[in-house]
Amino acid sequence: MKSTTKDVGALQVTTPSDREITMTRVFDAPRSMVFDAWTKPELLKRWLGVFGDWKFAVCEVDLKVGGKYRYVWRGADGKEMGMGGVYREIVRPERIVCTERFDEPWYGGGDAIDTTVFIEKDKKTTVTTTVLYASKQVRDSVLKSPMEGGVAKSYDALDEVLASMPAKNK
Amino acid sequence: MTPARLDATFAALADPTRRAILARLASGEASVAELAKPFAMSQPAISKHLKVLERAGLISRGRDAQRRPRRLEARPLAEATEWLERYRDHWEDNYQRLDALLEEMKTKQKTHPRRKR
Repeated sequence: MKSTTKDVGALQVTTPSDREITMTRVFDAPRSMVFDAWTKPELLKRWLGVFGDWKFAVCEVDLKVGGKYRYVWRGADGKEMGMGGVYREIVRPERIVCTERFDEPWYGGGDAIDTTVFIEKDKKTTVTTTVLYASKQVRDSVLKSPMEGGVAKSYDALDEVLASMPAKNK
Repeated sequence: MTPARLDATFAALADPTRRAILARLASGEASVAELAKPFAMSQPAISKHLKVLERAGLISRGRDAQRRPRRLEARPLAEATEWLERYRDHWEDNYQRLDALLEEMKTKQKTHPRRKR
């Protein structure tokens, strides 16, 4: 498990309900900056999903209510993964609500709703992203994918169990 | 690990009673009666949970024919953890790249200060 110094870092994953997954992470920067990094293509291209050989092939953001965003990543072997959605709410630099749908067939039907909230305190920004899936079924298919959403419903459940287990896999 | 196996593991873990059973078994094997005690549940109700855990491969039965003690099977749990770790690592990788980018942006802002908020 990676850990970071200070009180930044330490990604938290929780599951507030059957259809939701919430991720929380603290960044050592003012929220206007974090908001930019979250919404400007030239900045998004530097961090979101660009691991190993994967790079953005398409990164388009029309940041307005009703505007669309579209992300496509391409791996060295030419394999692609795409997703996109429509903005429903934008309160700069505090809050973004948008729909989310992956191209992959495993994703099943229905859009998910993404709510991202940026809270600044002492020049640090806490970002909380909650994904509300259309149904439990979609959530379950997300759970199967190693690429997206899988922040499994049972992550905290698992933590709970592991915490009580003899140290072996810790 | 197959998706079906992963599903079974997560489905089994989704219930608080079953998690408590696993936590109890983590400290040593126990009979059905012993497991039922702290939960204020009937033995058949506990047996139902045990069946789910057994099917998911999370527990097995001990040799003692009388007590038929259940014990924890660590492997599927370890596999599920590994899978989730990979997922979390994937996001943590994203966020660490963002950390680096934000540092860079802060440095730039210091060199070209702009009071814009």
